[in-house]
Amino acid sequence: MVGKDCVAIASDLRLGTQALGISSNFQRVPVSHFSRVCPSLTICQVFPITDRLYVGLPGLGTDVTTLYERFRYRVNMYTIKEEREIHPETFTHMVSSTLYEHRFGPYFIEPVVAGLSKLPTGGLKPFIAAMDLIGCINFAKDFVVAGTASSKLYGVAEGLWEPDLEPEDLFETISQTLLNAVDRDAFSGWGAVVHVITKDRVISRTLKARMD
Amino acid sequence: MQAQVQRRTFKSGMPPVVDDDDYHCSDAMWGSLAGFGSLVKGVPSFVIPSVPDPAAFLRLHTDDHADPSCKIKIQHGTTTLAFRFQGGVIVAVDSRATAGSYIASGTVKKIIEINPYLLGTMAGGAADCQYWETYLGVHCRLHELRNRERISVSAASKYLSNLVYSYKGMGLSMGTMICGWDKTGPALFYVDSDGTRLKGNIFSVGSGSTFAYGVLDQEYRWDLPDEEAQELARRSIYAAGHRDAFSGNTCNLYQVKEDGWQFIGNYDITKLHYDWAWGGSW
Repeated sequence: MVGKDCVAIASDLRLGTQALGISSNFQRVPVSHFSRVCPSLTICQVFPITDRLYVGLPGLGTDVTTLYERFRYRVNMYTIKEEREIHPETFTHMVSSTLYEHRFGPYFIEPVVAGLSKLPTGGLKPFIAAMDLIGCINFAKDFVVAGTASSKLYGVAEGLWEPDLEPEDLFETISQTLLNAVDRDAFSGWGAVVHVITKDRVISRTLKARMD
Repeated sequence: MQAQVQRRTFKSGMPPVVDDDDYHCSDAMWGSLAGFGSLVKGVPSFVIPSVPDPAAFLRLHTDDHADPSCKIKIQHGTTTLAFRFQGGVIVAVDSRATAGSYIASGTVKKIIEINPYLLGTMAGGAADCQYWETYLGVHCRLHELRNRERISVSAASKYLSNLVYSYKGMGLSMGTMICGWDKTGPALFYVDSDGTRLKGNIFSVGSGSTFAYGVLDQEYRWDLPDEEAQELARRSIYAAGHRDAFSGNTCNLYQVKEDGWQFIGNYDITKLHYDWAWGGSW
């Protein structure tokens, strides 16, 4: 979700095989059957000062792990070659082409990217994007959703989101959107995590959610 | 009434027992038959689609096991349990109704109060269970009036199982437990739409039943005190509500004693989770 000079990305914590819930305590480890948010680790590790880009990978657990490692590798290579940090737009295209390389046998993942991109003037601009499982990019100005609860998320987000929210208000909006949508989806829930990315820090919080 | 739908008796080949005009002007239309207007002529009659094989037609459009993309999704997924013990019968259920992955309701009453001595649980098709267990209530009352004696749980459950058996193959979907107290003491029967009828001490039905059985079998004893038996039921429904995606929201708990059933309470499964602090990672 886009706010005023900030973006937020949120995810539930459930890992399950169909009806059976398996785990609810994964935080950053990007292993999930249905949805997970993990920081684009390179940025944390290589340039921890500018941790301004996150990717959410909802989908098949095994593909979440595989793709996450793949992105980490490609972002590392990019950073070394270019000697600069990757931009959210560039990263999104990288994710998209990685997915399209598997056009005829796709990864079962619908990624969500959220970050702050640098303007030539030196300022920062909120950026969000979502993709389908073969890499069609949806650049949105307001919010993007993905995963088993996507239809429910659209409903709540359309009702709650408004432009130019301050970080704390954006946190409230994205949290309420996620929790209420997830409570109407049988395959989502079991805890939630929210990251609000602002120009000088990332606010990460774990939410107390329904556990059924 | 639409042109392509005709009314006829359930038994094939018979002419319509209730024609349209008759039906629309009858007492049934005004609800004075408690919704059981289809029984005005004595034999249950339902509107049947006029296709060669109505059961196959219905299955084609509703059965999500055969075709997950079918347009009509009937409520599925449940956890229900009941067990007999020293203090009577404990009955506990969850309250979630799902249509596909969508949680249609979190406040469903899955325990049907047939009469002050009989409870029925609801798993499978919500409408099927609700209708036929209420219908069972009507017949239990008629039995009382005819015989000046309450119907036994055994007889009531057999009435239901014979009834659903006559509709076998037509797509009825119900897995129910008939619980009550009669001359023989606490009684518990499992009845499903295949026609199975089983007498037993412990039953659990629904998509979350395996989780409930796991807890139930571990802790169950015949001489459990009332309080502990109720706690065990809550604990079992919680386990299912937690692990099974299609079960959850709240737990409804009843106990059947010599003087009839008692509603014990409604418990939020998430609240139970945080109260007990099990499985929590913080």
